[in-house]
Amino acid sequence: MLEMLETVWTWLQSQYLIWTVLKILVIVAPLITAVAFYTYFERKVIGAMQIRVGPNRVGPLGLIQPFADVFKLLLKEIILPTNANRFLFVLAPVIALAPAFAAWAVVPFNDFLVLADVDAGLLYVLALTSLGVYGIIIAGWASNSKYAFLGAMRAAAQAVSYEIAMGFALVGVLILAGTMNLREIVLAQQGGLFDWFWLPLLPLFVIYMISGLAETNRAPFDVAEGESEIVAGFHVEYSGAAFAVFFLAEYANMILISGLTAILFAGGWLSPFQGWPLLGDTILGQESIIWFLAKTVVFMFMFLWYRATFPRYRYDQIMRLGWKVLIPITLVWVLVAAMMVLLGIVVRGS
Amino acid sequence: MIVQELIFYAFSLVMIFAAVSVITVRNPVYAVLFLVLAFFSAAAIWLLLEAEFLAIILIVVYVGAVMVLFLFVVMMLDINLVPFKEGFIRYLPVAVLVALAMAVELLMVLWARGRFGADMFPVPPLSSADYSNTRELGQLLYSNYLLPFEVAGVILLVAIIAAVALTLRTRPGIRTQNPSAQVRTRRDESVRLVKMKSEKPRSV
Repeated sequence: MLEMLETVWTWLQSQYLIWTVLKILVIVAPLITAVAFYTYFERKVIGAMQIRVGPNRVGPLGLIQPFADVFKLLLKEIILPTNANRFLFVLAPVIALAPAFAAWAVVPFNDFLVLADVDAGLLYVLALTSLGVYGIIIAGWASNSKYAFLGAMRAAAQAVSYEIAMGFALVGVLILAGTMNLREIVLAQQGGLFDWFWLPLLPLFVIYMISGLAETNRAPFDVAEGESEIVAGFHVEYSGAAFAVFFLAEYANMILISGLTAILFAGGWLSPFQGWPLLGDTILGQESIIWFLAKTVVFMFMFLWYRATFPRYRYDQIMRLGWKVLIPITLVWVLVAAMMVLLGIVVRGS
Repeated sequence: MIVQELIFYAFSLVMIFAAVSVITVRNPVYAVLFLVLAFFSAAAIWLLLEAEFLAIILIVVYVGAVMVLFLFVVMMLDINLVPFKEGFIRYLPVAVLVALAMAVELLMVLWARGRFGADMFPVPPLSSADYSNTRELGQLLYSNYLLPFEVAGVILLVAIIAAVALTLRTRPGIRTQNPSAQVRTRRDESVRLVKMKSEKPRSV
């Protein structure tokens, strides 16, 4: 029996295509589950912050609620608006979803758990996150609805503006790490909490998180949806499964940005207590995938925290913040980071 | 590698189809979307050439930013393409001639023999997996070609400033917001608390 399993195992590893598809499944299936429970987490956290209980009816502690929501959405009818562009209307959610999943290909979970350990990993992520906006624009245009179109316009301008600040924040990381390989970027942050890049790149770290909020169209930058002004923005005409796919894409993107923040600025799978006197030798000082997941969850929680805390930005304020505040700060800090490497304050790649 | 050839032909076919569609479809929004598809396929082919930096920059810059703005404008303006297409038949012969000339030039490169022939240049060997195209490009740009690179940067900067200077105009008599004044506002500048005694409701 065991021998048979072993032969199956070695055969599987020799079949490159099947093996890769299996690996993709191992990444995507937990991701979709994570999205489902992220919605539950969001409702519970915001409920707690507003002194409410949150969902507590379906299953113990309301834990089955996300599945109830999913089945409700899947069983609902998809309504095509009159004069909507049929093909693009159906294609838009898929275009929004694909980059959100594809970017996970280069995300390293620990030193060896990564689907594609490519050299230009950071560029690849940047390219894919910039594609997500097409889903929103196409949805807005194909819906043949004023509200949807306004939402799409806002999303497009916002995404293009904040991508620049985001890109510059990544340049700072590149300067300190000296590589674009995500795995090597993490390895360049070896040595405890204060050796991670968030400290020397504090302004860029903050700006990356702000741009991440804006790129995923989350509160306080959710003017693309802006339910009090333009009903539900770009997905106002979507219902049922098509809406569910948009929902999935938005939350998958949030998890992706959280994971990337953990990798780029918070040492990925490295332990915060690495090399510390007492704790460094215990199990807490070991590097492990659990650290990566824990950090990602912390950043995911921050997304919800912001949503419960900040009122929505006015549209002109968003543009002013992006162009006149964030981009100049990043430009200055890229120089500062280069000086830090040049003067030996931060040793590159260690 | 048969798989690589299959990928190459698949993306080439998609690219040619998309490029032809850009100029033949009626709807300008479709045309922009087909152009995006063409860029995307070109990036994929560049990836096969091991030029991953160029491929990804093509996506980031053209697909991620420039084409989004294109789409933005095309959707807003509601352009009617019919007037553009009026001279299509009239200009067709010239266009075909130019296209043919370019095709012949390309074929001549492929079929050339002798000094500049394809047979004189060996197929470049596949680089090893740890070869970083990005690193090579960066080292070339910042060492051998530093001056041209910086000059190109300065020219772009001048273009940005010129564009801003050309479109920036201060019109008199319009109300604008002063963000720093807005932020500096204190509560007591806009709210006045009035002390008054509580009143008894009139008996019903």
